[in-house]
Amino acid sequence: MLTNLDNSASASTHPAIVRLNDVSQVFPSRGGAPAVHAMGPITLDLRQGEFFSIVGPSGCGKSTFLEVLAGLATPTGGEVLMDGKRVQGSIPDGVGVVFQEDASFPWLTVWKNITFGLKRNGVDPKIAAERAERALALTGLTAFRDSYPAQLSGGMRQRVCIARTLVMEPRLILLDEPFAALDQQTRLLMGDEVLNLWRATGATVVLITHALDEAAMLSDRVGVMSARPGRFIEIIETGWSRERDSRIASSDKFGTLTAHLWSLLREESIRASQYAKAKS
Amino acid sequence: MTLGRIRLLVVVLCIIALEIVCRTGLIDSYTLIPPSKMAVALFHLLRDGSLTPEIVATLGAVLIAIVGAVIFGILGAVILHALPRLRRAIDPVLSIYYSIPMFVFYPLFIALFGLTDTPKVLLGFLLAVVTMIASTLNGLDRVPKVMRKTARVFRLSKWSTVREVILPSAAPHIFNGVKLAIAQAFVGVLGAEFILSTGGLGYQIFYAFHDFDNNKMYAIVLLVLIIVSIVNTILLGWERRLRQRRGLA
Repeated sequence: MLTNLDNSASASTHPAIVRLNDVSQVFPSRGGAPAVHAMGPITLDLRQGEFFSIVGPSGCGKSTFLEVLAGLATPTGGEVLMDGKRVQGSIPDGVGVVFQEDASFPWLTVWKNITFGLKRNGVDPKIAAERAERALALTGLTAFRDSYPAQLSGGMRQRVCIARTLVMEPRLILLDEPFAALDQQTRLLMGDEVLNLWRATGATVVLITHALDEAAMLSDRVGVMSARPGRFIEIIETGWSRERDSRIASSDKFGTLTAHLWSLLREESIRASQYAKAKS
Repeated sequence: MTLGRIRLLVVVLCIIALEIVCRTGLIDSYTLIPPSKMAVALFHLLRDGSLTPEIVATLGAVLIAIVGAVIFGILGAVILHALPRLRRAIDPVLSIYYSIPMFVFYPLFIALFGLTDTPKVLLGFLLAVVTMIASTLNGLDRVPKVMRKTARVFRLSKWSTVREVILPSAAPHIFNGVKLAIAQAFVGVLGAEFILSTGGLGYQIFYAFHDFDNNKMYAIVLLVLIIVSIVNTILLGWERRLRQRRGLA
């Protein structure tokens, strides 16, 4: 199965939007604590328009991976190329990120939250309004345009963040466990919505999740990360058609996929929890 | 009964009690005059216009002190927050600054600036600005990390990040700072007017006190209470709206 790791061959048919070459992240020792090798080295191509999920034990460097991918953090080794250009210290154009924590602006209405980035990037007000309307409709927030985030549920606030990201029309959308705080039913429905958005926008989506079923259901490929230092121990092609939704959860293949993911992760999770215990 | 009604009732009862103890002679009129007489005296003072320049002088000084404290307080806090090493170095100094009774410097200010409005404005400012810095720093410390990350994803400049994300995020704390700073500015300015000055409400209270002019003295005391109450009511209403919007109320 490890042969799947080298996906450069398939990259020729689907051009890579992002290429990671031997990327690793080591946090230097601080105040007597030893240096932490958080992640890598990782070599990976993200294909244009694919839905790529990352699962892994907690503390394996998933979020570090995403921060490096987004340009929010500079890796200590290797390089990240987006559209062939090196990402360094700043966020490249066309990248949208939805974080695990609620990042909606509590001082702005839903509408102003969503148009926040558009105004600042000099998008024509008419076009901005059209895009925002569309994003509101896609995320089911039209009736709440004048509400403040505090008046919405956690799931709806997360949708505000998704809408705010979508209106920027990013080509690469990074989702860092955006549904972690939501209940299971809402999570499944939000998964469907994300699939719809992914199909509608044609963007490349990278989803970090700790929910194996979510990864199995949503993705074209699932990258399974090892315990720290995080590396991909396997990258699984799910083979779903583009027109999929949460109903595939009842198929046999979904069960097999989820079971396979768990068999890979079980040992890593045990290792990760032992590491955490040893540390404390 | 609503909370507001209970509040009003407590205040009204206190005023009535005060009226009774004054009218029945339990407290003699050299010490305290009945609230109704204070109100009448204040009404006359306001109508003949003799108090207008004093009101303008005091409120003007307070306003300058507050505006200065808010601007420099926020600016100072943003700078200190951006430079953690400087902040750690300066922290004990700020703590000491907090505990200095600023009024001890008043003679120095008089010597430096003469008997002008500057010393009392400066005193109000110095008392208010430190509160402003402390509150703003507290607010900046509580801005969730994800807000900064979001600003970076939207590729905002440093200045835009502060102006459009960080400060709005810290707004409830900053607002609290403004509220306290206003109180401090009133204390500084009125206190300075009491000690040594040529005008203002504090000076007039002090002057009337020495003149045994209880009517005038209590009228102005009442005026100060009314002004501070109005300012506070406006601020509290504003704050409540702000907090409700954010789901903090």
